[in-house]
Amino acid sequence: MTKQRNEQRPNVLGAAFAWLWLAVIILPIYYIFITSLRPREDYYAENPLAWPANPSLTAYQRVLENDFVLFFFNSVVVTTASVAVTLVVSIMAAYVVVRSRDGFGRNLFRVALLGIAIPIQAAIIPVYYLIVQLGLYDTLAALILPSIAFSIPLTLLILTNFLREIPESLFESMRMDGATEWRILLRLVVPLARPALATVGVYQALQVWNGFLFPLVLTQSASTRVIPLSLWSFQGQFGVDVPAVLAAVVLSVLPMLAAYILARRQLVSGLTAGFGK
Amino acid sequence: MAAPALILFGVFAIVPLFGVAALSFVHWDGLGAITWAGFDNWTAAANDPVSRGALWLTVKLTVLCVLFQAPVSLLLGVFLAGRQRYRSLLATLFFLPLLFSSAAVAITFTALLDPNFGAGSALDIAVLSQNWLGDPQLALYVVVFVIGWCFIPFHTLIYQAGTRQIPKELYEAARMDGAGAVQQFFLITLPMLKYTIVTSTTLMTVGSLTYFDLIFVLTGGGPGNATRVLPLDMYLTGFRSYDMGQASVLALVLVAVGLAVSLGLNRITGASRMDSRSEGS
Repeated sequence: MTKQRNEQRPNVLGAAFAWLWLAVIILPIYYIFITSLRPREDYYAENPLAWPANPSLTAYQRVLENDFVLFFFNSVVVTTASVAVTLVVSIMAAYVVVRSRDGFGRNLFRVALLGIAIPIQAAIIPVYYLIVQLGLYDTLAALILPSIAFSIPLTLLILTNFLREIPESLFESMRMDGATEWRILLRLVVPLARPALATVGVYQALQVWNGFLFPLVLTQSASTRVIPLSLWSFQGQFGVDVPAVLAAVVLSVLPMLAAYILARRQLVSGLTAGFGK
Repeated sequence: MAAPALILFGVFAIVPLFGVAALSFVHWDGLGAITWAGFDNWTAAANDPVSRGALWLTVKLTVLCVLFQAPVSLLLGVFLAGRQRYRSLLATLFFLPLLFSSAAVAITFTALLDPNFGAGSALDIAVLSQNWLGDPQLALYVVVFVIGWCFIPFHTLIYQAGTRQIPKELYEAARMDGAGAVQQFFLITLPMLKYTIVTSTTLMTVGSLTYFDLIFVLTGGGPGNATRVLPLDMYLTGFRSYDMGQASVLALVLVAVGLAVSLGLNRITGASRMDSRSEGS
């Protein structure tokens, strides 16, 4: 095999282009990082792409002094709650889709397929109306409930596809032993579906963590602000203090970077499965 | 057992979808009383030059995004599918933009493209020191580029996965017949990627209809209305001009176009194919 590969002529055009694109991708990320380390007073004096002459963490300090910890905590609560509930209700529904003998399961699956095509933007005005009517406006629950709803279709789709691979005989033997549906779900389905749950969980966490429209429309005060919205308001609040704004950007991406390092395969396969909705 | 998922999805996704249709026939400022409007909002939206401009801009943005992203993703994806030495490292780094929120990306590029303190001034090249986001002629192209920066990694992944599924034997046979690398690309890789190309391009198209947060933070629709695409027009009409009725009309236009494109994808590729693809990689 190795020999055959060597016989292939290297893809020079592709390689050149890949390295060029690498530069395009890395430059802004490098810029975020070095600027976040640049003292405020040096921002207007130094070359923006040069390593800071006096690197310091004062920009991070200014961000943390401006309630960033609270926004971070809000994001953690919203993301964890949304993903946890999404996974629980979706695995239950996926089990029904796979096990149902009548058309109900198939129809449920069709609705999920259609649901993937609904853009959040299109539903945002009625969602806002609903949230106001429910008295949830400007609470974290206002972000969690719609986030779950819009995560369900894709999660259901991926979990259903995964559960279809479980051999029928496993279900049958458990049923022979007199296991209830709930017991089969907890003892058989959930343990077997763990890789799919991890994949789709990491993917949905990324989506909720970075979501912007729900927080923009459904919350207002600083006490319910989540990170993406805080970046936007930092931009307005700090204005000319670009190092602080970019320090906030670095802090906002750290959890996702950690997830990427720890669960790269799950994230990548989740994204290709999710079609980058 | 399916009830919790159905209820949550029904209340916060399906009901709103019908709700937006209902709201398109009422006057509502977002707080006060809701009054019947008949077709007022529809005629108002159809005659609104800003909304008509937004629709045209959305089409233009979509075409530009596909023209920019599709060839770049295809080339990169095919390259990354190969067994080159730095391939896995490159693939790891290419993924990084997908970790950033749209708000973070928009803020970064706002600073990076600043005419006085951005990268252009660093390199001291006059062409690069333009007021990228302040010039109505340039802003849309900057938006297209930044969107590409965010989403090309994702489409590259799709192309990489698609290319890896092409049977190796096809290439061996082609080499035996004396086909060069370029011929192999056009005679094997490209035709075999047909479905991948359709899928990726459809996703780009549907995605382009809904870009909101990135453009909102990057330009706010400006300068003037130069980047005020449909989703942005909808948000500004509804939540800034407090005309929820007319905004609902715009939302429905979004849904209609999005569903039409998605169903087109299903028609061309077949829903079953979509299922099997989602297990892949």
